[in-house]
Amino acid sequence: MADPGRDAATSDTSGPTTSAAPAASGGADAWDRHLAELAAIPHARRLHLLRALLAVVLLAAGTRLVWSVVENPAFEWSTVRSYFFSDPVLTGLENTITLTALSMGLALVVSVLIANMRLSDNPVLRATAGVYVWFFRSVPLLVLLILWFNISLIYPTFSIPLPGGGWSWETKDLMTAYWSAVLAFGLQQAAYTSEIIRASLLAVPSGQREAALALGMPPGQIFRRIVFPQAMKIAVPPVSNDLINLLKATALVAFISVPDLLYSVQQIYNRTFEVVPLLMVATLWYMILVSILSLGQFYLERWLGRSAGARVSLRARAARSTT
Amino acid sequence: MTAVDGPATLPTDRRADEPLISARGISKSFGGHQVLHDVSLDVRRGEAVCLLGRSGSGKSTFLRCLNLLERAERGIVMLDGDLLGHHVRRGRVHRLPARREAVQRQQLGMVFQQFNLFAHKTVLENVIEAPVKVAGRSRREARADAVGLLERVGLAEKVGAYPGQLSGGQQQRVAIARALAMKPKVLLFDEPTSALDPEMVNEVLQVIRDLVVGGMTTIIVTHEVGFAREVCDRFVFLQDGRIVEEGPASRLNEGAEHAATRDFLSKVL
Repeated sequence: MADPGRDAATSDTSGPTTSAAPAASGGADAWDRHLAELAAIPHARRLHLLRALLAVVLLAAGTRLVWSVVENPAFEWSTVRSYFFSDPVLTGLENTITLTALSMGLALVVSVLIANMRLSDNPVLRATAGVYVWFFRSVPLLVLLILWFNISLIYPTFSIPLPGGGWSWETKDLMTAYWSAVLAFGLQQAAYTSEIIRASLLAVPSGQREAALALGMPPGQIFRRIVFPQAMKIAVPPVSNDLINLLKATALVAFISVPDLLYSVQQIYNRTFEVVPLLMVATLWYMILVSILSLGQFYLERWLGRSAGARVSLRARAARSTT
Repeated sequence: MTAVDGPATLPTDRRADEPLISARGISKSFGGHQVLHDVSLDVRRGEAVCLLGRSGSGKSTFLRCLNLLERAERGIVMLDGDLLGHHVRRGRVHRLPARREAVQRQQLGMVFQQFNLFAHKTVLENVIEAPVKVAGRSRREARADAVGLLERVGLAEKVGAYPGQLSGGQQQRVAIARALAMKPKVLLFDEPTSALDPEMVNEVLQVIRDLVVGGMTTIIVTHEVGFAREVCDRFVFLQDGRIVEEGPASRLNEGAEHAATRDFLSKVL
């Protein structure tokens, strides 16, 4: 390999030399010495002045903003404190949590089923799942909620006819406001989540399935032990989004008078007119719940990502090569 | 187990030197393009056969038809007396349900070009997954087996590693151990070294060589003609979905008869 730098330096005897380049008369040894000296100079740490400045400005602005909230009498923090652990608020909190958990539980089960149906070889199952997703994505959530709540007006009795009798119930006894909310949220969420699950299943390389087939694993086992666990890893961030969305969307149950977190504080401020502090009570609780969910997501992702050794080491290698 | 009932019963006095695996009249198309035309092949117990041919000649597809990863439109595969993927009833060949197909597949091991180790499982978990969950062996027995196999492929110290932490050559050796753990009657290799960096090819070929020498029945799709000549008993050359030549692997030196084979060999050797 030619060394253009060296040629330039050694041949350039007449012109003025830069401070970094030695006189050419020294020859090869001098050049090597020069290179060694250059190589020995420690690298300066880069100063990120702009970054530091930006951080200071934002910190100052943020502090000012938070302080304006804290010291603002309109928020009535003492009122917030007095209601924060009050019985109606805690009951509302409990309802919000159980409603979200049950709806999401239902949504996860149904969505895995629907996703598998959409990926099935069987055109009947594919079409059925397609219609399900189409229907529950196109009907507004609030309409769905009110429809489920009023299902007894549309179908007054619910019966399982069997030869020689069967069972029959009054629909209004079965469908309380709470359970109609679980159905409305769960079934609609399932339609959205099924698309995430479907995409995640498709994202698992087909070689994983083929390897399992070649080992003689039956289809159900391939899904449970090979494909689904790997799809989960891909699905966790978007499904966590869905869950957090659902947590706050459950506030719609106010329309059918289920006392969740938001509806409970509304009932209080309708009486006392302390609107802002009570909305703060609900908001702070929502923020706490979402923080817990985000933390859970972080640990779940870390646990599911434990096998991603290659990616970690690649990143580590990339980091090493740039320093 | 045998998948045959009804009128087409097997002769019970099958001779010991009868082929372990026989394919007859395998034809396969992908979207109107026929990739296999009436391909037949016999492989005897303990024999090592290599499938050669340009890319697109159908050799990988043929291999995948043997263990039912691809469904041939016509033709049958017999493995040790079992009709694979089908049963005969009332004069017609019917497809077996997926569950019974899975049981049959346990008799054929397969090693893929892209290794296809289960990415979310450790090396040991990869190897014992099928023996424990499919063959129903005890965890302890499967574990002892797996450690033995991993020693054979030189990876005993990697039991706890995840596939992503291994080199390509190491992953492929684990994949071979995983296939062997099911104690298959025949091992299929689909271009086992094509995705490897050059310096890792030999460690994988060495493991395959040991298996062939140890008497394992193998069918190997490969571009490593030198290896095929040295290790295999027989070669089969495919072109455009047809077998155009087959013979003893020693003939791969210079004695190939068919012009297409000679042309191919002159380009890869």
